[in-house]
Amino acid sequence: MSNQSPKTLFDKIWSDHLVRQRDDGTSLLYIDRHFVHEVTSPQAFEGLKISNRSVHRPDATIAVADHNVPTINRQNIEDPQSKIQVETLAQNTKDHSIQYFDLMDQRQGIVHIIGPEQGITQPGMTIVCGDSHTSTHGAFGALAFGIGTSEVEHVLATQTIVQNPAKNMRISVNGDLPFGVHSKDLILYIIGKIGTAGGTGHVIEYAGSSVQSLSMEARMTICNMSIEAGARAGLISPDQTTFDYIKGRPYAPKDSHWDQAVEYWSSLPSDSDAHYDHEIVINSSEIDPMVTWGTSPEDVIAVNGTVPSPDSAKSENKKKSIERSLDYMGLKPGTKMTDIKLDKIFIGSCTNGRIEDLRKVASIVKDKKIASHVQAMIVPGSGLVKKQAEEEGLDTILKNAGFEWREAGCSMCLGMNPDQLKPGERCASTSNRNFEGRQGRGGRTHLMGPELAAASAIKGNIADIRDFS
Amino acid sequence: MDKFTTLQGIAAPLPIVNIDTDMIIPKQFLKTIKRTGLGVSLFYEMRYDTEGKLIEDFVLNTKPYDKSKILLAGDNFGCGSSREHAPWSLKDFGIRCVISTSFADIFYNNCFQNGILPIVVKAEELDRLMSAAGSQLEFNIDLPNQSIQVGNHSFNFEIEDHRKERLLQGLDDIGITLGYKEDIATYETDKKNQKPWLFGDL
Repeated sequence: MSNQSPKTLFDKIWSDHLVRQRDDGTSLLYIDRHFVHEVTSPQAFEGLKISNRSVHRPDATIAVADHNVPTINRQNIEDPQSKIQVETLAQNTKDHSIQYFDLMDQRQGIVHIIGPEQGITQPGMTIVCGDSHTSTHGAFGALAFGIGTSEVEHVLATQTIVQNPAKNMRISVNGDLPFGVHSKDLILYIIGKIGTAGGTGHVIEYAGSSVQSLSMEARMTICNMSIEAGARAGLISPDQTTFDYIKGRPYAPKDSHWDQAVEYWSSLPSDSDAHYDHEIVINSSEIDPMVTWGTSPEDVIAVNGTVPSPDSAKSENKKKSIERSLDYMGLKPGTKMTDIKLDKIFIGSCTNGRIEDLRKVASIVKDKKIASHVQAMIVPGSGLVKKQAEEEGLDTILKNAGFEWREAGCSMCLGMNPDQLKPGERCASTSNRNFEGRQGRGGRTHLMGPELAAASAIKGNIADIRDFS
Repeated sequence: MDKFTTLQGIAAPLPIVNIDTDMIIPKQFLKTIKRTGLGVSLFYEMRYDTEGKLIEDFVLNTKPYDKSKILLAGDNFGCGSSREHAPWSLKDFGIRCVISTSFADIFYNNCFQNGILPIVVKAEELDRLMSAAGSQLEFNIDLPNQSIQVGNHSFNFEIEDHRKERLLQGLDDIGITLGYKEDIATYETDKKNQKPWLFGDL
């Protein structure tokens, strides 16, 4: 490809990070920022030690413990294995002079929340982390993707990763979002449309007026779940909204570097005649508030819909998969989604644990009480999100409504810490995965946005925010 | 890394689509700081009941599939979390080859880092292999020739050359990349000039 040929945002970031092609034909891509957490890194550091290798750029690496940490009683991690993992990260970062936000640091939180919050995440960067939801950072126009532990070791040792170029897919959503429809609904709708393998081998660029009108928080929710559409990464063009969000944050470029950076960032949006391997155009008026009924994020339906029947499946495989999901979820075809009774509400995660999400929930539950049979929990995405929410008085509103107010972490999104569903318990969750056993063995997860989850907490059933007053 | 050249044995059929890495190795086993010892927990919730007893009719709990080196599964195998614990647990159990119609990207990559061969086949081929696996026929996987042979049926599969080479030779990827140390240094010098804001201390 010559420098003159039109390029997508992905193509531009790719070519700007290509160190060279290796003799085996693969590309060596430079990595600008590497986020490290306690669960997927210990074996990588161990590998470095065994091979007597060092960390190539400790100054481009940042670490935090989030997956495994308790959201109450922070001083003492009761689970001995979790404790060892967190301590191992602390030791490894100390040994290699890597910046580490420890559990008592207010900046601690979910790795994909704190990167943007600290201004570490910036347009045009390549960012990796041993975590599939690294796609979140794509909201800034950064090429960000999840990697395995062996690749974590590779990046630690070389600051590069071995890749082949991805294909370009563009999903454009146009028009004003209808009443009650927000970014989580938009991405769930997209996943329902293209399926959990729909983006395999691709980087998805989200475009169109609906996407451009969104805040950074809302854009992050969309890019976060690109992995649930099977994509390697999600991207949104950086614009003034992006620059305004970054400016002044602790790790943002300063002074003359700021001007230089903005100039570079402004050159990143895809050229108007750039080629995409795959294009999808969606009119926002098609989209309703969405909720999942099954055990894959593609098992999604409008909240005013009904549980589908296996007979509606287009293939035998799909039919079997619906039957298995319905059996696991304890649901019958034809049941109205809004008739489904809930036991738990989880608000948080790297998908929806930011300040804007908490504000939305607070505005919906203000001066109301959650249904008497539900337990509702809010886990802010970071210590700073928690602090800000407390400064705005959101914690009081939420606690008065009956929510538990916790410390930051991944919590019940994956239930590595004590926050888990019990067998058969049904949860409205603002997280990203409704897999079998994801939130606890036998637990039943309905994914939705924070607005729906808040309304559902009050009703005690899955609720349509459009009928909620 | 362990080499992979050829593999013979029976294959375990697991005809479920979208098997995610949470199913392959649930969260409670991610607290380890080692790569080994995860085989006993592979497919934990499908293999053991809530009291930890073996679920007898799950394929990997039945003879002779409890010694399978090959696994056959439905579309989009390995979707979800990036946890490399998924291939670690497969390998620790003894599985060195997974055959499906499609794999999620990160899982697919992770397999090659661990000497596991993921093979993509067409849907009708998978159906045929599933029934052969059900009949406990011996599979012969031949990476140099890129072929699967079962009974008197044989066909070829595709694999990128660089991935094939790495498996055949058991190459250390980091070692290869460190051979390009000077290229990386040159890149860094150039970028420090062009994008200085990326090189301040975090």
